[in-house]
Amino acid sequence: MKPKKTLSNIEVPAYVESFETELTPPGEYPFKRGVYSNMYRGRLWTMRQYSGFSTAKDTNNRFHMLLDKGQTGLSVAFDLPTQMGIDSDDPFAMGEVGKVGVAIDTIEDMKILFDEIDLSKVSTSMTINAPAMTLLAMYIVAGEENGVDPSMLKGTIQNDILKEYIARGTYIYPPKPSMRLITDIFEYCANHLPKFNTISISGYHIREAGSTAVQELAFTLANAREYVRAALSKGLDIDNFGKRISFFFNAHNDFFEEISKYRAARNMWSKMMKDEFGAKDAKSMMLRFHTQTAGSTLTAQQPDNNIVRVTLQALAAVLGGTQSLHTNSYDEALALPTEKSVSIALRTQQIIAHESGVPNSADPLGGSHYVEWLTSELETKAWELIKEIEEIGVIEAISRGVIQTKIHNSAYEHERLVEKKERILVGVNEFIENETEIPELLRVSDLIIKNQIEFLKSVKNKRDDTEVERILEEIGRIAKTEENLFPMVIDAIRARATLGEINAALKEVFGAYKPTFTL
Amino acid sequence: MENTHRLRIVIAKPGLDGHDRGAKVVARALRDAGMEVIYTGLHQTPEDVVEVAIQEDANAIGLSILSGAHNYLVGRVMEILKEKDAMEISVFCGGIIPDEDIKGLLDMGLIGVFGPGTPLTEIVDFVRSNVKSVGV
Repeated sequence: MKPKKTLSNIEVPAYVESFETELTPPGEYPFKRGVYSNMYRGRLWTMRQYSGFSTAKDTNNRFHMLLDKGQTGLSVAFDLPTQMGIDSDDPFAMGEVGKVGVAIDTIEDMKILFDEIDLSKVSTSMTINAPAMTLLAMYIVAGEENGVDPSMLKGTIQNDILKEYIARGTYIYPPKPSMRLITDIFEYCANHLPKFNTISISGYHIREAGSTAVQELAFTLANAREYVRAALSKGLDIDNFGKRISFFFNAHNDFFEEISKYRAARNMWSKMMKDEFGAKDAKSMMLRFHTQTAGSTLTAQQPDNNIVRVTLQALAAVLGGTQSLHTNSYDEALALPTEKSVSIALRTQQIIAHESGVPNSADPLGGSHYVEWLTSELETKAWELIKEIEEIGVIEAISRGVIQTKIHNSAYEHERLVEKKERILVGVNEFIENETEIPELLRVSDLIIKNQIEFLKSVKNKRDDTEVERILEEIGRIAKTEENLFPMVIDAIRARATLGEINAALKEVFGAYKPTFTL
Repeated sequence: MENTHRLRIVIAKPGLDGHDRGAKVVARALRDAGMEVIYTGLHQTPEDVVEVAIQEDANAIGLSILSGAHNYLVGRVMEILKEKDAMEISVFCGGIIPDEDIKGLLDMGLIGVFGPGTPLTEIVDFVRSNVKSVGV
């Protein structure tokens, strides 16, 4: 018989006879069993469906629908032009406006996006990286113009550029100025937005790009260490910014490996923060994370089966102690989700939360011989990989494509195993049905671009262009110094400068990232 | 004269989409099957893609698009190929493409459209039997 392996190729014994490990209660260092003592008894995880498409108005309607159905936090998906810092009227945005997320050009779009939503109450996560400062500035000004003080704002910006270079692709500037923008955000938010998570260091996209669980763990924590070092070398205090660091992991198919992965991540981070960086505040040592079920495991074939996949993945995230969760919709291998499919995805979380009894006791699998053994295996293997990358240096390893090649090799290996049927995907390489019923799909009209461009024009017509120009020049000037850029970017947003204009001012000083592509 | 001319394929990521797992896996499978494969990398304009294909003497372009912008981007690539009098280069496409769009894309002149879960062997065999190597 062939040996049984996890998805990360860890060979698994028939059973783990016994595994000795030291366990502290949840809420205590090193937090392997969870970051809070009462975990979900105190408060359930935040149910936060990543959503955005078309215009701010359409997405605002979807937000209200989700909140009405019992969602407890918001998560904004921006379209690709927004993520790349270009306006909807840019020639390179053609065909992409409003497609994978909502189109945001100015503060006026942002205000429509959150219309009739109380920003002092809701927590909002924004998947935005290279232009994170500009979009967060829009959120701040949207609050300000609705009477909400920045200190009341709650949420997370992804702001994780390293994984963009590695796996996700929406980078703009080279690493050095990008890291500076990130640490400027850390510094500004520590003083003005104390409730905002200033970064969400993401393994999710690394995993989606084809990595194993071990690689997801290792590269995420290696990136995390790089951000901490950058902040420390700027002179920031570890316990000042450390508390506002959050993480984002994938929930993939190997049930116990995923649960063990989250436990290992907490264990590793707390030790890194305490022993290596000298954090003193326990909050700086807690790895708090968002989870999304694995988009790459969704199948276009027999799409209803995806509901079951998502349920198992979501359950793993909850058993692993996630702080918030996005469950994918069953139709996402085909298109953006419809209202119907996203409702089922949200209901899946609600069933786990309110019917299964799983949240009643923290870390219910803690002490299981298998889970403790697997947690320890993942941790050991991830440390080895971190060490290997550290010898090259994280940014150097990214620039040379070392990390990308490792991920790509895993992705290719997975495909080969699927082709050989050594990995079974139900409905794809086994249990195939020839006729698959195609569900009704969401379509974003190509016509919205016209309205979006007209709206952008009308905002520009009403503003004081001289003032905008003056501020953009100031941004260019500050970009050349070590001064914090954030206050001037906020001023630009107040004056109705566009995302594209602010990005262009920064790009003129910072330049563009030129990647190497490896096969 | 060589009559065992190796197929030259450009795998391209047009537009702003950053998802290149599929593109790279397909590129590698074609290379392992003995073809010459050039991968453009991310964020290429349709003009860039055609330019690379002409310069590299490619027999075919494989476009990977997961952002929903396929109708526009494929249309542009086909227009530019026509403008540049390079219609002998075949074009195929893969990604998140709803079934109802496939006919329109084929009408634009694509030789094939591959959705999620397509076996690599199917893509390799398709390229072998449908892409003509110039000069044979």
